[in-house]
Amino acid sequence: MVRERMSPSNLLLVLLVLTTAGYYLGRRRAFSVVKNDGGPRVLHSRPSYYGALTALWCAVPALVVFCFWLAFESRIITHIVVAALPEEMLTLSGGRLNLLVNDIKNLVEGNIVAGSISPALRAAADHYQELNAISHAALAVIVLVISIGAVLWIQRCISPGLRARNHVETLVKYILIACSTLAIFTTIGIVLSVLYEAIRFFKIVPIHQFLLGLEWSPQMAIRADQVGASGAFGVIPVFMGTLLISAIAMCVSVPVGLMSAIYLCEYADKRFRAVAKPLLEILAGIPTVVYGFFAALIVAPLIRNTGATLGLSVSSESALAAGLVMGIMIIPFVSSLSDDVINAVPQSLRDGALALGSTHSETICRVVLPAALPGIVGGVLLAVSRAIGETMIVVMAAGLSANLTLNPLKTVTTITVQIVTLLVGDQEFDSPKTLAAFALGLLLFVVTLVLNVVALVVVRKYREQYE
Amino acid sequence: MNKSENMASSAQGRQLRTMDIVNRGLARRYRAERRFKRFGLSAILLSLAFLAVLFISIFANGYTAFQQTFIQLEVFLDPLKIDKEDLGSANYQGLVRESLAKTFPAVKNRADKRKLYGMVSSGASFDLRKFVQKNRHEIGNTIRIWVPADDDVDMLIKGHILRDVPESERRMDDTQIAWVDHFQHQLRIKQEFNMTFFTGGDSREPELAGIWGAVCGSLYTLLVTLCLSFPIGVATAIYLEEFAPTNRWTDVVEVNINNLAAVPSIVFGLLGLAVFLNFFGLPRSAPLVGGLVLTLMTLPTIIIAGRASLKSVPPSIREAALGIGASKTQMVAHHVLPLAMPGMLTGTIIGMAQALGETAPLLMIGMVAFIVDIPGGFTDPATVLPVQIFLWADSPERAFLEKTSAAIMVLLLFLVIMNGLAVVLRKKFERRW
Repeated sequence: MVRERMSPSNLLLVLLVLTTAGYYLGRRRAFSVVKNDGGPRVLHSRPSYYGALTALWCAVPALVVFCFWLAFESRIITHIVVAALPEEMLTLSGGRLNLLVNDIKNLVEGNIVAGSISPALRAAADHYQELNAISHAALAVIVLVISIGAVLWIQRCISPGLRARNHVETLVKYILIACSTLAIFTTIGIVLSVLYEAIRFFKIVPIHQFLLGLEWSPQMAIRADQVGASGAFGVIPVFMGTLLISAIAMCVSVPVGLMSAIYLCEYADKRFRAVAKPLLEILAGIPTVVYGFFAALIVAPLIRNTGATLGLSVSSESALAAGLVMGIMIIPFVSSLSDDVINAVPQSLRDGALALGSTHSETICRVVLPAALPGIVGGVLLAVSRAIGETMIVVMAAGLSANLTLNPLKTVTTITVQIVTLLVGDQEFDSPKTLAAFALGLLLFVVTLVLNVVALVVVRKYREQYE
Repeated sequence: MNKSENMASSAQGRQLRTMDIVNRGLARRYRAERRFKRFGLSAILLSLAFLAVLFISIFANGYTAFQQTFIQLEVFLDPLKIDKEDLGSANYQGLVRESLAKTFPAVKNRADKRKLYGMVSSGASFDLRKFVQKNRHEIGNTIRIWVPADDDVDMLIKGHILRDVPESERRMDDTQIAWVDHFQHQLRIKQEFNMTFFTGGDSREPELAGIWGAVCGSLYTLLVTLCLSFPIGVATAIYLEEFAPTNRWTDVVEVNINNLAAVPSIVFGLLGLAVFLNFFGLPRSAPLVGGLVLTLMTLPTIIIAGRASLKSVPPSIREAALGIGASKTQMVAHHVLPLAMPGMLTGTIIGMAQALGETAPLLMIGMVAFIVDIPGGFTDPATVLPVQIFLWADSPERAFLEKTSAAIMVLLLFLVIMNGLAVVLRKKFERRW
């Protein structure tokens, strides 16, 4: 791959230098316009604001153009290259054309290409490369013209009466507003991207078949006469598997997490709390891939061997192993959320119960916990949504075959496992197999969203009760 | 006996009876109390035990990966086979094989020979080439050179392939073990610090596989994430906390951020795949795209932490600044932000630690490919440390098990450093008002 002199990252550096220069130029200009009539005191704003104004106008419009250009560059170039392909290549079906475009891109990047390179392909790759170079050069020119032009323009505008501070503050405020809307764009992006592909999937597989089907085997036949690969997209076994593993995880994490929170809040002295709490938090900071490794290579064989000695047949990718380890992962989540709500219960309730002669544990079980219950339920719901969306542990320790079973010793699969297996590696973008992953993603998003919203509402209501 | 006396005595009797009931149940209630307390303590100890088992098992599996077995070969650098003008293209693999065949002249059979040549790593010829290129004057002499052993030999020396297992169930048969013993007897086998593990890229051969490529990939990805998520996160936090009017729009933004914090990470991967790769046509497997996805994922963490630390700055600071004539922007930039910065940095470091350990969304955007080269830029194909762990954990070779554990230890070390930094920052700059 040939390195260009004005590659986008270099351009960004140049822009940075220009912006810095713009700051000092603006500042100097502010000093120089008032040199003969009273010095910086006559300026409306402090000199640095004139510099900041120049720098902002130098950087922001150019950056916006830069981002948009790069975002759409590749699409447009691909379009042009495809349009210029020889006639017989254009008549290919969508999938084949996609492969061809992939080959061209691989050629451009100097990667290994599948099959032999036809002259037409080589020409297309050269064309692509040429367009790419032109585009980058054009981008460099446009960005530099915009930023230098902005610097010159502001230089001319600077006068003692220019309200630079107000201008800068308004600009800054708009930048802040733009940043804060990114969260909304992210949500919209998630919804649109998942929904768009999912709708395409539901055009092939009807939605009721997806939601109510009892069979999941996403292999599609490549040839019409192939055996046993009809493809069935019923989500119920996958969903049940997710619920089974999450239920096992909850069985571990809720009692352990809740009891640790109770002990830490109600019994432990300050020193014990100061040591035990951070240690528990470590469990939350360990990457999930580490848990996955632990589940697949240590816990699963342990469970299988224990099962074998007890005379049970345990599958090597049992739901139990994945669920147990996931439960361990969620313990700190449950415990810190419960910790918060138990701490929020007013001391007067405890004092009242103790004054009536109940023991400490009776106070906790009959007064504190019922009072904290809504908050705890909210926390548990959040933990369930965490468990349902957890990916790496199940990818590494749970299986691929979708069995509709409640036996924790058998193999089950989950939504996240299926998404990963369907989407990792090369895919074509029209087969229902790939699109099914987005439908599963939509299901996952909706389920976790509902759980989160319910949990947040419950927790908020509960907080208001005691505040 | 008159009525009032009667009443008094019965009241006293009833009171005694209540007391009795209380006393009778007291022992049981105290037992329950102690039991409850023990439950709580054991819950904590159980979680800590899980933590200990996790760490110990990973350490026990992984510490051997920092050592690598080397075999000393006597190689005759045949001047007829090495072209002095073109040192790079000689058949070094042939020289290595020749040397092995000379050590065990009895091996004639073709299958045995292949096994014999498999004793040293396929990287041995590269080491030999490097040696020759550095020491041209040695051509024509017989030299002794340490080359990495094959992973099976390595496993045998480290005791992961047991000698007392029946031959059919072992990865190495008896002749191979005899060869290893022969080398060992002549003191031509040693274990040394495994430098390749820290400097190499990924490889199909466990003895040549290293984490440097993945570490570089992680570095580039995190750099993109940091450069985007820190400014945007801080800006959002400032806007929402200091400038935003309380209206519907602000509410929508807030609810959105809280929801995004709880969206499963794999959904962000789907977003990255559909938007960044398929819509915008950005390159697959690139740290740039990984960084963008992780930015969207860590933003809520940074925003929430940033808002909390802005909230903790007392209003009197703001009022004082406004009182002496600062504008609102000046008040925030000159007074509130410097005071809130340590808290924001802490939040950012914790967000970065999360991003460093994240795997699932990166699988979706193709960072799971097998990449040997060390990435040199933001658009080169790369993988990251957790994904490398995932890839190695899937490999069947026993030697990759210890490599995986060792890579996990490196990853955990990075996380410990980052979280430690966050704790130190918090301790050092935390102010109680």
